[in-house]
Amino acid sequence: MIKFDQVSKRYPKSQEALKNVSFDIEQGEFVFVTGHSGAGKSTLLKLIAAIEKPTTGTVLIGNQNISKLRKAAIPYLRRKFGVIFQDHKLLYDRNCYENVALTLYINGVTGNEAAKRVRAALDKVGLLNKEKAMPITLSGGEQQRLAIARAVVGRPAILIADEPTGNLDENYASEIMAFLYAFQQVGVTVIVATHEIPDVVKTPVKVLSLQHGELTLNSMTKGMTE
Amino acid sequence: MKKWINQHLHPLKTVLTRMKRNFISTLMMCCVMGVTLSLPGVLYIIIDNLGKLAGNVQSEPQISLFLKLDISKESLANIEKQLKSNPDVSNYHFESKDDAWQELKKNAGASDVAGLLDKNPLPDAYFVNPKSIDPNTINRLQSQMQNWEGVELAQADANWVKRLDTVLKLGKKAILILVVLLAFALIAVIGNTIRLQILTQREEIEVSKLIGATNNFVRRPFLYAGAMYGLGGGIAAWIILVGIIRLFNFSVVEIADLYASNFRLEFPSLTVSIVIILSAISLGWLASFITVNRALSQFEKNTT
Repeated sequence: MIKFDQVSKRYPKSQEALKNVSFDIEQGEFVFVTGHSGAGKSTLLKLIAAIEKPTTGTVLIGNQNISKLRKAAIPYLRRKFGVIFQDHKLLYDRNCYENVALTLYINGVTGNEAAKRVRAALDKVGLLNKEKAMPITLSGGEQQRLAIARAVVGRPAILIADEPTGNLDENYASEIMAFLYAFQQVGVTVIVATHEIPDVVKTPVKVLSLQHGELTLNSMTKGMTE
Repeated sequence: MKKWINQHLHPLKTVLTRMKRNFISTLMMCCVMGVTLSLPGVLYIIIDNLGKLAGNVQSEPQISLFLKLDISKESLANIEKQLKSNPDVSNYHFESKDDAWQELKKNAGASDVAGLLDKNPLPDAYFVNPKSIDPNTINRLQSQMQNWEGVELAQADANWVKRLDTVLKLGKKAILILVVLLAFALIAVIGNTIRLQILTQREEIEVSKLIGATNNFVRRPFLYAGAMYGLGGGIAAWIILVGIIRLFNFSVVEIADLYASNFRLEFPSLTVSIVIILSAISLGWLASFITVNRALSQFEKNTT
């Protein structure tokens, strides 16, 4: 589904963020991308989500080479992904409902159909009673859940989360992870960047470890139960 | 189809809500456009009306040949012959001094004058219609006839209509230039307003693009905003125009009455009104199209 072949990424006037990275991700897998900050995790995710293009090498997403993609086709590719950004990127000038609905408006879904799906997504993350609340009034964990709702309301095939538990305490963090597992259970490919893998992993996961832009580990772990 | 309509209805609704929220600044924007657009509008109305006024006067040039009072029979026959043979003359008619005298007496306003005179002071005259309306030809013809024997005065009396026509043409050119200059100014003003809106919605644009919005999606609400400003501005311009004409007509009626004319400034026709409003809408649309495209290309440079 996602294939990196000797991918390097260099930003202008800086060192290579990724060096010769190759790996495959199958549909329905749960993937952790780990490494210290600055190891290239975010860059990797941005390449997957077609937000950045590789300097050299090829990135194939569903057999599409993103380097060769026409500019006008990129938005349609991005709609296959649900992205949970490191800094949420919620819009603070509108309420929770409108934040989630934005994804659907972009997909051309409005009206009753949109309302149904927005409420379903909010319900899934337990924020249905807060649909009229402004995001700024929510707690950190709630904001993160709102970001998840926005990412999944478009029914993406791939869910990408950049440090979703970064600033949260342990309770919230495991709650968020539980949501992500739940999506993987229904067939969504889930890719999570994190600086440390949670102790309790309920499902077999693939781990991609990055160090200074190089892939140092690419392995499957067995799922553990508590 | 329904999806397509929704994609347009939704941003339109968003824009209208935003405009309602910033009602005062929207109103100001429309007034600025209205005042600017009404300037060439007023000029057009003036020139259009002057043109109609001039159109009432016979616009075909005519040369009047007033003959000497003591003209001999030979000279008269000679003139007749020359007129007949001249290739530039389309037709002519002769009016004897007695006919002219009778006509003058019939004319109510001049009857007193005629009564005061005991002798007919009028000369015989030829009224000549030249073939061409080109001022140069007419001038040449006029000076040629002036030199004929027995001609007291050759007068090209429609020249002033031509001059007015030329002035009106000049006026129309001036309007065109004014329209172009003001259009530039309006594009700058609307563009600036849209640019500020883009700045305040920068985050929304960034997030939308990241989660798969096409450029069309990002552009749409701003294009609608520009077009809406145009619509408001066009309507404002029309109201200003009609107001000015009404105000002027009070005075125009007074002046026209003095000349026993029922001339009035005409209100802009349906076509002119539609043209004003449509061009205002397209100006607004164009201005925001240019601005949003510039912002989008700048934004793309920053991210990838």
